[in-house]
Amino acid sequence: MIRDITIGQYYPAESPIHKLDPRVKLFTTLIYIIALFCFKGVLGLVIITAALAAVIKLSKVPFSFMVKGLKAIVVLLLITAAFNLLLTPGDVTLWKWGVFQISDSGIKNAVVMVIRLIYLIVGTSLMTLTTTPNQLTDGLEKSLAPLAKINVPVHAIAMMMSIALRFIPILIEETDKIMKAQMARGADFENGNLIQKAKAMIPLLVPLFVSAFRRADDLAMAMEARCYNGGEGRTKMKPLKYNAQDRKAYLLVIVFLILVIAARIVLPFPM
Amino acid sequence: MGIIKASKLVHEYIRRDEEGNVAAITTALDHVDLDVKEGQFIAILGHNGSGKSTLAKHINALLSPSEGSLWVDGMDVTKEENVLPVRQTAGMVFQNPDNQIIASVVEEDVGFGPENIGVPTDEIWERVNYSLNAVGMTKYRKHSPNKLSGGQKQRVAIAGVVAMEPKCIVFDEPTAMLDPNGRKEVLETAHALNKKKGVTVILITHYMEEVVDADYVYVMEKGNVVMQGTPREIFSRVDELKEHRLDVPQITLLADELRNAGLDIPLGVLTREELVECIMKCRNHM
Repeated sequence: MIRDITIGQYYPAESPIHKLDPRVKLFTTLIYIIALFCFKGVLGLVIITAALAAVIKLSKVPFSFMVKGLKAIVVLLLITAAFNLLLTPGDVTLWKWGVFQISDSGIKNAVVMVIRLIYLIVGTSLMTLTTTPNQLTDGLEKSLAPLAKINVPVHAIAMMMSIALRFIPILIEETDKIMKAQMARGADFENGNLIQKAKAMIPLLVPLFVSAFRRADDLAMAMEARCYNGGEGRTKMKPLKYNAQDRKAYLLVIVFLILVIAARIVLPFPM
Repeated sequence: MGIIKASKLVHEYIRRDEEGNVAAITTALDHVDLDVKEGQFIAILGHNGSGKSTLAKHINALLSPSEGSLWVDGMDVTKEENVLPVRQTAGMVFQNPDNQIIASVVEEDVGFGPENIGVPTDEIWERVNYSLNAVGMTKYRKHSPNKLSGGQKQRVAIAGVVAMEPKCIVFDEPTAMLDPNGRKEVLETAHALNKKKGVTVILITHYMEEVVDADYVYVMEKGNVVMQGTPREIFSRVDELKEHRLDVPQITLLADELRNAGLDIPLGVLTREELVECIMKCRNHM
C-alpha cells in the first residue's frame, strides 16, 4: 500500500510540452493561475478552456491522468460549492432557512468557484506531469536566482528538494522493511481503532527517523568529500538554455493573458 | 616524499557533557606514521575501532589531526586553504552505496563532483563519459541509482570520484555491505584504476582476501600501526595476526597448518596456485 505513493508523478512522453524549458512551464503556470482568478464573463472562460484543451492535446498526456488528480479534491470541491451556494446573499432569494439561503449570485459563485478549482488542479498537474522533478528544481533555482541577492538561500533550497526526491524511494523501502520486521515480531498495524493504529506507528517512526538522520550524516560527509561547497563557483552539467520554442511559448502566454483581460473588459457578462 | 605522508598523526575524539566540559577522550589515532608512494596499491587492515576509518577521513581532510602532521601531495591538510585541493587530490569512496549517491540519475551523480569544482560544461560531459567507461557503467547512465545492485551503485560512486581526476582514491570499506559478486566487481574496478590509470589506491578493509594483491599492507590496532610490510611478509606472521584478532586467508592458514605438521612449505603462501606448486615439490622430494 505504501508503495503506491508517487510524488512528482511524471508522465514520460515525447511532446513539445515536455521539451519546453522548465522555467517557461513555471512562468506559464503562474500566468495561468492569474488568468483563472481574473477572468470574468463567458468569453474569458471560453479562451481559457480553449488554451487548456490545446496544451493538453499537445502534451500527449492521457486526460484520465488529470482526472486522477481531481479525485483527491472532490471533498474540497463539494464543501466549497456548498458554502458558496448556501451562504451568499443576493438580489433574488430563492430559498431561505435560518442563516442558509440560495440566491442567484450564490449559484453563480458556486459554479465559478468549482470551475476555477477544477481548472487549477488540471493546469498545475499538467506541469508536474510533463516536467521531471530534477528539471523542476533546476528551473526553480534559476527562476528564483534574483532572490539570492536578498540572502535567500536559493541554491540550498533547490539542493534540498532534489536530495529529498532522491531519498523518498529509499525511505519508503526502509519503512516497508521496518514494518515487516516489526510484524514478524508480532506488531499489529492493521487492526484497532484510530488511536491504537497511531500508537502502533511509534515503533515504526522511531527507527525510521534514527536511520534517516544517520543517512543524512553520511550523505553530508560524502558531499563534502566530493568538494561540495555551496552554490558558489559551481558549474552545471546540464545548464538551462532557452531556444526558439521557449521564446515562442513565452509570447503565446503573454498573448493569452492579454486576451483574457481584454475579454473581461469587453464582455464581462454574465458575471 | 610520497603522495601521502603522515608523521606522528594523533586524533582524539572529545566528548563533552552539557556544560561543555570534557567528559571523555578517545584516542582514535596514536602517533601513526604512513608513507605512500604514487601509483601504489596500499591496504590498511584492522578490526572495528582500530582507527582505520579515522585515518581515511584525515586523508580526505574530513577530519583534522589533533597532533602531528599529514601531507597529501605536498599539501599540509591542516591549512584551511588546502582543504578543497586536498579533497580533489584524494577522492573517497564510502561504505554505504546508498548514502553517497546524490542525484537521481546515474550520469548526473557522476557529474556532481566536477560541477562542484567548477569544471566547464563540455568538459564535465567528457569526464562523465570517461569515468563511466572506466568503471564499466556506461550502459546504465540514464538509470535511476535506486534500480541498481549494490556493486553497481558502488561502481557509480567510484565513477563519481574518478570524474574529479584525483591522484589517489581512498576506499573506506567499500565492500562491507555487498554480496560476494558485488565485492568482486568493486575490487576489480579498484585494481583496474590502479594498473591502467596509475591512480594510487588506499583500500581500507577487514577482509583478508582483499589484501593479497596489494603492494604494501598496514595492520592497525587501537590507533597504532602494529604491522607493516608486503602481503607475503604480513601473512608469514600467522601467530602475530591471530593475536590481533585478524583472520588469515584460508590458503595461508592451510599452508601454515601443513608446515606445522612437518611438510616443507615456505612462509607466506598467498594463492591456491602457489600452494599447489609447493605441495607438488614436497611430493617430489619424498
